[in-house]
Amino acid sequence: MLVARSVSKRFGPTVALDRFDLSIAAGEVVALMGANGAGKSTIVKILSGVYPGDSGSLELHGKPYAPASPQEAKALGVATMHQSIADSVVPALSVADNLLLDRFNHAATPWFVGPAARLEEARSIAAQVGLDVDLRAPLYTLSLATRQLVTLARALADKPAVLILDEPTASLSSAEAERLFTALDTLRKRGVAMLLVSHRLNDLKRMADRVVIVRDGRLVANLKPPLDFDGAIETMIGRALPKTRERRTVASTANQGLLVRGLKLFPGTDSPPIDFDAARGEIVAFAGPVGGGKSRLARTLFGIEPVVAGTMTLDGKPWHPRSAAEAIRSGVFLVGEDRWNTSLFPDSVPFASIEGTLSFPFLSRWFKAGWINRSRERRQAESAIKRFSIRCNGPEDRVVNLSGGNQQKVVLARSHAEPARVLLLDEPFQGVDAGARADIADALRASAAGRVTLVFVSAIEEAFEVADRVLRFDRSIIETSIEDLAGA
Amino acid sequence: MKLGASTEATSAVGTEFRRTSIRTQLERSGILLLLVILGAVFTWREPAFLSVDNLFSILQAASIVALLAVGVSITLAVGGFDLSVGSTAATAQMAASYVLVVWHGNAFAAIAACLALGVGAGLFNGLLITRLRVPDQLATLGTLFLLAGLQLIPTGGRSLATGTILPDGTQTTGSFPAAFLALGRARWLDVVPVPVIVLAVVTLIAVFVMEFTRWGRVVYATGGNETAARLAGAPTARYRVAAYVASGVIASLGGALIAARVGRGDVGAGNSLLLDAVAAALIGYAVWGAKRPNVLGSVVGAVFVGVLLNGLTMLNAPYYMQDFIKGALLVGALAFTFSIGRQATR
Repeated sequence: MLVARSVSKRFGPTVALDRFDLSIAAGEVVALMGANGAGKSTIVKILSGVYPGDSGSLELHGKPYAPASPQEAKALGVATMHQSIADSVVPALSVADNLLLDRFNHAATPWFVGPAARLEEARSIAAQVGLDVDLRAPLYTLSLATRQLVTLARALADKPAVLILDEPTASLSSAEAERLFTALDTLRKRGVAMLLVSHRLNDLKRMADRVVIVRDGRLVANLKPPLDFDGAIETMIGRALPKTRERRTVASTANQGLLVRGLKLFPGTDSPPIDFDAARGEIVAFAGPVGGGKSRLARTLFGIEPVVAGTMTLDGKPWHPRSAAEAIRSGVFLVGEDRWNTSLFPDSVPFASIEGTLSFPFLSRWFKAGWINRSRERRQAESAIKRFSIRCNGPEDRVVNLSGGNQQKVVLARSHAEPARVLLLDEPFQGVDAGARADIADALRASAAGRVTLVFVSAIEEAFEVADRVLRFDRSIIETSIEDLAGA
Repeated sequence: MKLGASTEATSAVGTEFRRTSIRTQLERSGILLLLVILGAVFTWREPAFLSVDNLFSILQAASIVALLAVGVSITLAVGGFDLSVGSTAATAQMAASYVLVVWHGNAFAAIAACLALGVGAGLFNGLLITRLRVPDQLATLGTLFLLAGLQLIPTGGRSLATGTILPDGTQTTGSFPAAFLALGRARWLDVVPVPVIVLAVVTLIAVFVMEFTRWGRVVYATGGNETAARLAGAPTARYRVAAYVASGVIASLGGALIAARVGRGDVGAGNSLLLDAVAAALIGYAVWGAKRPNVLGSVVGAVFVGVLLNGLTMLNAPYYMQDFIKGALLVGALAFTFSIGRQATR
């Protein structure tokens, strides 16, 4: 059905995709696995017409396929359901209007369509995925999972031959995911070829006829079920998985490290309380789905989210920070997810250079009198650049002009500019290429002695890449073995 | 291969840097160059333009707008926008006159009343914005109307001078003491007008704080990305309130200078101040290619407008052209800032 032959793609000096081959038959579901920056999204974007490959060829139905735009790809029969549904729906419009959005932009659509006719057409689109809701309701009244079905229905409106699903279950519970799979089963029977980008063991077990693994832009494995999941993850990250350690006893960490007992993050829910210890020198990863409260746990430990119930103890003393400033003063640092949102300053800010960004949280510590000593600031930045191998021309470089991986290194270097007792890292590998990811993981391991390091990630292989111990987290810690972990 | 690629990239950056450097130079000094050219043209047509007297009278005329623009640029830097500076200044000059003429206060009492009013207006704005979460422009627009109306109430809408009849029928008996009037009219060493000195001092302090201290950094950080600033431990709400208080105080200082210059409480004093100050602060974006609110740029912007108006008046341009000229200048500066800025950052 869809065949890609020896497709390559470069971005400047970075090779994103290196002679990649892929074929999907009608009615086949191929799962695509790969770490952040391995080339997954490049494949998806080339297939869905966002940009063309540099070399190689694509075929659809045995004919050359070279879409110039996502619209053209869709018209040729390749529909894509993107990960962030926020970009593809209009919350204030009704479900019916959202389903018909593409039609509205179609030249063939008459300039006026009556409400009854619109509803009728929307109903036929909704029926394809078994979407059973009031089509006149505004979209924002629906649950996330239902909205996901709306996007799916919309992608299917033009009866595509190939469907690309980019992490469709990332924000769904397992019951919600099952609804999506039921809808996908019907499509499979109808002969739609599907490319499913996902790491969830459940998704793979339930849906995949074949699993393709990509690493550093190259196809490294083409597996048929039954799947050896540990092996797949090892292939994906290119090294052996660490063994999960036994949970430590309370006594060994009572006075050195972080102790959390009976912590509740959400008021009035019956999710079990959170208990865990993390010793100094240890890197503990919390792996779990987006929306499962990982970020909230990080923010609670950092003191900017209220503690509903329970106690936190740091180095033998109660830990009750009331503000970010207090946490930072006490040596508890948070690196928030989505760096441009939580850590970096836009270029309109005069000091949005490497040195200015690095010094910002420590201004009151380093420059007590108020006046900023630029040469001291520069020295700090120079040592951080060396330590994290940030690729730049110097400490005065503007952060916007750095690559994503180097921007992330600046953010991480900032949390190492002063000694930390606890370092909280929320999705530290977001939007980072493979090389920079390895640098970051190395730097974190090298500096971990003497502090508690907690990493919060949704991609399980990232947890394994950096952590000594991995805890599965979804609203609270779930006791598991590694196989269950892999399904997180 | 990696090494080769990296040298390639560096050399590419190098040539690009050289190519843009002339443009960058132009960008940085564009407004100042224009100012020099304007000055040369005016001097050529009217030699009196370049006299020390005339230059200082330009500065004196521009000093009130420049002061207000400093306040506006501080609030712009913190991510807000103080639209109430004009009516704060107007109310302050009324308050000063009231203290002097009705309460028979001395110059210090009058200035203290002005500053207290400025602090009050700033706190009011700041709390509306941070506590009640009213968007900046709307909150300060509300304050603009409140203060513009408030200044009319004590005098029943009349201008205030010795002998004014108040709404309760009494006639005012106090007068403006010489010490107060000196603020607006005296010249240091018979050359430099006092308002210009006040402007210079305020500008120096503001530039130092905003550009060279950690407090200034937190102001800009709050304006750039409040979440990131807060997560890095900055008390952003307090900084936003402080920015509005600073703006209010500076505006009320401007009000005191107006009262001292005019010698009465004038109901129409603040009419065009706000728009002129905002224009100056926005023209300031283009100075030194800053592309951001900045104190010194705002002052240069105000002086620029002052030079242009003074020169054109000397050349007998009709007064009704003034607003049109200011508008053309503002649009030009904004287009310059944003279009060239976009190209340079790719």
